[in-house]
Amino acid sequence: MAAITFDDVTKTYGDGYRAVSDLNLDVKDGEFVVLVGPSGCGKTTALRMIAGLEEITGGQIRIGDRVVNNLPPGDRDVAMVFQNYALYPHMTVAENIGFALRMRKVPKAEARQRIQETARVIGLTDHLDRKPRQLSGGQRQRVAMGRAIVREPQVFLMDEPLSNLDAKLRVQMRAEIARIQRQLSVTTVYVTHDQVEAMTMGDRVAVMRKGVLQQFDAPQLLYEQPANLFVASFIGSPAMNMLEGTIEADGCRVGSAVLPIPSALTAFGGKHVAVGIRPEALSLAAGGDRPRLSGRVQTVEALGPEQLAHVEVEARPVLATEVLEGLVDADDAHELAELVDENRATVVARLEASATVRPDDQVELAVDVRRLQFFDLDTGLACR
Amino acid sequence: MSAQVHTMRSDASATRRRLFGSAMTYSFLVAVAVVYIFPFVISIITSFKTEPDATANPLSVTPHPVTTTAFHQLSADNDFFTWVKNSIIVTLSVTFLRVFLDSLAGYALARLRFRGRGAAFATIVAVMAVPGVVLLIPKFLIIRQFGMYDTYYGMIVPLLVDAAGVFIMKNFFESIPVSVEESARIDGASLFRIYWSIVLPMARPALVTLFILSFQGSWNELAHFIISAQSTSLNTLTKGVAQLASGQLGSGNRYPLKLAASMLMTIPVAVLFFIFQRRIMNASEGAVKE
Repeated sequence: MAAITFDDVTKTYGDGYRAVSDLNLDVKDGEFVVLVGPSGCGKTTALRMIAGLEEITGGQIRIGDRVVNNLPPGDRDVAMVFQNYALYPHMTVAENIGFALRMRKVPKAEARQRIQETARVIGLTDHLDRKPRQLSGGQRQRVAMGRAIVREPQVFLMDEPLSNLDAKLRVQMRAEIARIQRQLSVTTVYVTHDQVEAMTMGDRVAVMRKGVLQQFDAPQLLYEQPANLFVASFIGSPAMNMLEGTIEADGCRVGSAVLPIPSALTAFGGKHVAVGIRPEALSLAAGGDRPRLSGRVQTVEALGPEQLAHVEVEARPVLATEVLEGLVDADDAHELAELVDENRATVVARLEASATVRPDDQVELAVDVRRLQFFDLDTGLACR
Repeated sequence: MSAQVHTMRSDASATRRRLFGSAMTYSFLVAVAVVYIFPFVISIITSFKTEPDATANPLSVTPHPVTTTAFHQLSADNDFFTWVKNSIIVTLSVTFLRVFLDSLAGYALARLRFRGRGAAFATIVAVMAVPGVVLLIPKFLIIRQFGMYDTYYGMIVPLLVDAAGVFIMKNFFESIPVSVEESARIDGASLFRIYWSIVLPMARPALVTLFILSFQGSWNELAHFIISAQSTSLNTLTKGVAQLASGQLGSGNRYPLKLAASMLMTIPVAVLFFIFQRRIMNASEGAVKE
């Protein structure tokens, strides 16, 4: 097991495209770190640089005490699980798992015993003589995991290993991978664009955008204290509601409502800010003195234990690029911006299943002001 | 009711038109097939004819009488076995080495990054466009210059790599998922180990294709053997049969003998093709999620 350190790591391709910019990241020994972000954010490039599959243009990567910039992949003592499994199709499961041991000239008896042990961990003891084409998608994914486990490497690297599985199997394998990682305590870097995976699996999550690290924190901190507009929009499903507001003496004006602000924000007086409201910070107002947003229900999504009400309120939506990119791919962001009415914002409220709301109802949404987030619209950074 | 009858009539008429169209298409295809196969059939039948019968009725499909004299004559002829031996030596050497070298070159062009890679591939493609006959005299001069004239080396070495084979292998290697090779690199495999243990087994369909083409090409090669050797002891089947056909080894037309030799010459290629065609299958199945 070993820590991984990125020191000002940069990757620029031959055509001048900078995939990763000055990345600084410390992954602790035995930690499970998730790199998350939209397509093209540089997360996979960063992972491949650890593996040695991409050359590093600038900076330094260390695994343990060793600088690995110029070490070939086979000498880095890392194991990688690929998105598409990347199994050897002409070899049996046992041969696939044992290939790395063969390359390292591990004695046959020991290799056999390690393959058996690995097969037990991944639950494929009865399938060792089968070829990959005779296995289901989930089983192939386990073989890919087994190939990594058997090596007993210092680091596991996983590149969207679950993205080819169906939803049910993905949930199952998510727990499985987390269990195996805890059992083996191997430092793990896991790449995904699925923020649910990121939030549920990682000890810490690194959010990336356009090659730049946005925030590196524990999942709950990312959710509750996002560092900027992009992280706030990207983390959380449904996404955080973003409304434009102005800091005034008595609070933050959003449309016709005035929301109280923490005292620290009085320093931003007169400034336009983005007000972030998580869907669970909105509830149907039933008396009380909480500040409210009023609007018309557009749609209601019943999810079983809860329902999501999409309510159009009188407020300006935040159309900053960071927000739109957190919601959709960068290419679609401008298109989306053109479709949005600048004076009407749709917010999503997470309501109890028993709440009675129907489309076209006029509702009053009470805002839990303790959970509001404010972002400077000029810099995109959280106002704290 | 009348609408129903009308519909049934137009259905029947459409069916008749379809059947007529199919009959015409199949008749045309059968005619083309007969024209294509007929020379081969005549070749087989003539090899079982007597010489007078073959001369009198060259296109008859029923030998009178049926005889294997031509085959007995061939089996009694020592030269024929020398030709067979030479053909086997040259063909097997060329086939195995060509498959190996073409695949190595194809892999390098597909996966390795080196200066001049594009130019090298463009040259290979350009060579494919040059008719083989144009290169005969330069080949002859080079073989002479290297002192390989009239030796097995001269017959084998110039055939060891061919542009088409490199082209086929390069294109196939490019279709193999890079992640499989990357996985092997991380597992600690060297470049040659990746090529040998991972990529080659996955390239089986292309290898089989190349094996058949190489075997067929070198077994049936004639022009190169004419310019690379002159001793009768180095005659291959093609050269020997060609000499038979041009009447150098006997008098008369000797159709049964010539066609018996030709027929025997085609057997290995046909057998090889029937054995290997079943092995051309997808060897990458299960490697990656598609």
